[in-house]
Amino acid sequence: MKARAFSYARPTTVVEALQTFAASGDDASYIAGGQSLVPALALRLQAPQVLIDIAHIPELRGIALQDGWLRIGALTRHCETLSDPLIARHAPLFHDAAPYVAHPAIRNKGTLGGSIALADPASEFPAMALAMGVELEIANLSGSRRVPADEYFIDLFQTAIEPGELLTAIHVPVVQPSHRWAFDELARRRGDYAIVGSGILADMRDELVAQIRLVLFGVGNTPVRAKRAEDALRGRQLDQSAIVAAQAALSDDLAPPDDEHTPAAMRIHLARVLLGRLLGRIAEVA
Amino acid sequence: MSDALTSLDRPNSYIGRSVPRPNAKRLLAGRGRYITDIVLPRMLHVAFVRSPHAHARIVGIDAEDARKMPGVRLIATGADLAKVCKPWVGTLDHFKGMKSTPQLPLPLDKVVYAGQAVVAVVADTRALAEDAAEAVLVEYEELPAVIDIDAARTPGTPVISPELGDNICFHGKIDTGDIDTIFAGAAHVVEEEFHFGRHTAVTMEPRAIVADFDPNEMRLTAHHATQTPYQFQDIYARHFGIPEANVRVVAPDIGGSFGMKLHVYHEDMATVGLSMLLGRPVKYVADRIESFVTDIHARDHRVRARMALDSEGTIIAMDVDDVTAVGPFSAYPRTSVVEGNQVFRLIGTPYRFQNYRADLQVVFQNKVQMSQYRAVGHPIAFAVTERLVDMAAARTGLDPVEIRSRNLIPDDAYPCAAPTGYKFESLSHHACLARLRELMDYDRLRAEQAELRRRNIYRGIGIASFVEISNPGPAFYGVGGARISSQDGAVITITPSGDVRCAISVTELGQGTETIVGQIVGEHLGVDRERIKVITGDTENTPHGGAVWACRGAGIGGETALRAARKLKENVISLAGSILQEQPDRLDVRAGWIVDAASGRQRIELAEIARIAYFRSDTLPPGTQAQLTVAQHFAPQGFPFAFTNGIQASHVEVDVETGFVKILKHWVVEDCGRVINPLLVDEQMRGGVVQGLGAAFFEECVYDDNGQLTNGSLADYLVPMAGEMPDIEIAHVETPTLDTELGAKGCGEAGTAASPAAALNAVNDAIAPFAASIAQLPMTPSRILKALGRI
Repeated sequence: MKARAFSYARPTTVVEALQTFAASGDDASYIAGGQSLVPALALRLQAPQVLIDIAHIPELRGIALQDGWLRIGALTRHCETLSDPLIARHAPLFHDAAPYVAHPAIRNKGTLGGSIALADPASEFPAMALAMGVELEIANLSGSRRVPADEYFIDLFQTAIEPGELLTAIHVPVVQPSHRWAFDELARRRGDYAIVGSGILADMRDELVAQIRLVLFGVGNTPVRAKRAEDALRGRQLDQSAIVAAQAALSDDLAPPDDEHTPAAMRIHLARVLLGRLLGRIAEVA
Repeated sequence: MSDALTSLDRPNSYIGRSVPRPNAKRLLAGRGRYITDIVLPRMLHVAFVRSPHAHARIVGIDAEDARKMPGVRLIATGADLAKVCKPWVGTLDHFKGMKSTPQLPLPLDKVVYAGQAVVAVVADTRALAEDAAEAVLVEYEELPAVIDIDAARTPGTPVISPELGDNICFHGKIDTGDIDTIFAGAAHVVEEEFHFGRHTAVTMEPRAIVADFDPNEMRLTAHHATQTPYQFQDIYARHFGIPEANVRVVAPDIGGSFGMKLHVYHEDMATVGLSMLLGRPVKYVADRIESFVTDIHARDHRVRARMALDSEGTIIAMDVDDVTAVGPFSAYPRTSVVEGNQVFRLIGTPYRFQNYRADLQVVFQNKVQMSQYRAVGHPIAFAVTERLVDMAAARTGLDPVEIRSRNLIPDDAYPCAAPTGYKFESLSHHACLARLRELMDYDRLRAEQAELRRRNIYRGIGIASFVEISNPGPAFYGVGGARISSQDGAVITITPSGDVRCAISVTELGQGTETIVGQIVGEHLGVDRERIKVITGDTENTPHGGAVWACRGAGIGGETALRAARKLKENVISLAGSILQEQPDRLDVRAGWIVDAASGRQRIELAEIARIAYFRSDTLPPGTQAQLTVAQHFAPQGFPFAFTNGIQASHVEVDVETGFVKILKHWVVEDCGRVINPLLVDEQMRGGVVQGLGAAFFEECVYDDNGQLTNGSLADYLVPMAGEMPDIEIAHVETPTLDTELGAKGCGEAGTAASPAAALNAVNDAIAPFAASIAQLPMTPSRILKALGRI
């Protein structure tokens, strides 16, 4: 299929982008890497009157340390997420997840901001943003605000970004020496959306789990923090009984979709297997 | 590597040599010319309004607003196209009692599958055509859809085509007699119910056609992405009432076909009809979603089968019940019965037993048409057979290699026939089994498997023997009344510069037809391969022939090329004899020179012969008429098919917690007779194996209860990717057919024929310690977890 005709704008500043959106009523879309939007246009699932190309706005680029946070510009491409040393060191779950995000051609075009703004519940980066407890910098014509990841994901493809607003940066609290983390996913083929994936960030103090953020994706309308499983682990050693308790708690945390090919029971089963394996990995290095 | 000279060191000894494809570099450099690259003056584009329902009556079509939209040139319905196109019926006479309904480019009053084209919108661009298609309003009255494989036969189910009386397309039976008695007295009986999902070809290039009708001369040129241009020349001529000589079908570079591009599709026929209605070229290129919902699907069988053995582990009988659902009508012109027919005739055929009973029911349902796709029927037949053989091995306590050794047809027992009627000239099952055992280091793998199981690592080894139908004669389609040729034709010319042009009816789809034809002509004419141009894929410039399907290109097309080259060589030598005043039997042609046959001494260059023939005929002896162009046709005679055979093995590791399978390695030992080009044969094997592993683990067209395809995109329909594929090791045994001088049989489908069977056995072997088993393809993680009782 071919996209419907649309107008095209290429602003060079965030303010200009926001103004262009405001001027086009609600019938506009921002486009960055286009790896999700262009197929949606071609399939006529979306048909905005105006396409606002934000790929040439310098403010949206750059990766820098600021006061214990790593600010990652929204236009940072997936391939940079894989190669950038600051991300590898300070935001390691983005780095670890990057090789699992689609394929090299897509990683060369797709942007971190685009992925998190779209908030596909089966995507790696939105889930890792939640696992690391990032804050999302969102601009509108009145200014800019920061929204914690825990308040950002609202429902299927629905986030704290209001119509016309622009995600400008991702602020990651840098990992500390006491932090341990792990990422993995179960996908039928490398590069596919996972049936179940998970990212875990744990603060280990005196061999005990002081804090833990345990996130699963592919299991609901948004990336999901498994809070009951976190509760089952907090304050405990990461031994087999703690892991089993966390696995058991998952059925209270998750209400995955149910279809013939991937029954809900299978997603919960795989989530438990994956959780067990990731916690086992963290326990090994803790 | 030995340095000793071999037969391959003679000049122009190309047969048996790994010669790379001359067109590969051009395609890699992006210089391919596919249908979508073709732009003609005044060309228009068509988009189709498609049915959202699997089964519905068309109540009304309102295209008034759409007609007024920018760039729209024509909006046509079924009634409009029925005025220029005669209906087609997909039946063959030799399938007694089979039935199907007449088809038109677009339906008149009823849709029978979701996604069926209903209205054609022709506009200046495809985007404008799609804009207008969105504005066409079609009112439907929904009818109950027939979806389930059993529902189609259950009394009380709505009949899709009331004029046919029921939903049965064809019912076939084979019975050698006394089967119930034999089973009752057998020492061992194993049985299983198998399920095979629908899957589809997913060619890199989708279906595409540019139809260009010129009303002034009543001429149609169809640039058509197909593997069978002559078949379509015939169909377009007869169904659109155009003299055959005025219909030209050109198949340029083709981006894969696998059987999918030799069937008649409604959109393609509509595009031809639209060009006739408009008197302008019209292009249709299917997008990926259209491909998923309208390309033929394949497989979709449920097979209940049992096998009887004596106390020694000798197979004595099989009893099979196959139901296959083929969509709402039978495909044209090859029908949708051929796959089922091959399933129930191929089951058990590698083995000696002679007692067989089988029942085949081909039923209609409201899904897209199902028909021939690479290795038609074979993967199902051998998955059923080979799984039962492994079950029998477990029951009798025999090793899977040992039970096959006891039961495969002995290599010295030929010629012989299967109880299903297939005749075998000469096969090599035992030689292949022995070679496989050594190639895969079978005993070491078994020892490793036992060792790893103690560490809770579950690996499985699966073996599958097979035969493959190739080089089909007229028994395949011709006897059933289909105008599908089993012969091929070639015209070879020596040009004035002494180069060679070979125009031949077998076609190039990326598999290397042109390469092997060049090898054969070079070797048998005695010229360097670089000087031979092979021309294919244009009915105007090549003789009529079957083209490529059912693994006939090398065996039949290759033999045609061989005979044409020899005939031309006789002409060259005769002419050279006149010029040199030498006895022709003392001359030969080598590397583009006429040489003294005994000593190899060069006498005169071929280019000089050509120069004299074309420009100085006055210097030839009186009465000499040089014939540097020859035409040759060849139709296979002797055995109705040249069966090939082989054996495959799969090595897998099952993660019993997740149900995920890692495919570790795959082996193929195959016998396609004379190997013309080992590189290309190995490529065919590997590609075929990968398509079979796709069917085994990944590919399935999933429909919901309403007949909607739920995974019609490349994000949701999983094709096998390089990352999940194992190394594939290949070895050859060569038993040339004696029905031709070339001795080649087909090799294009062998990989697909038995890789699902090997994989099925490997997974079952891996999970055997849990007393679990699986009999459904594809073997998805959820099915494996269910088999293991984990979910």
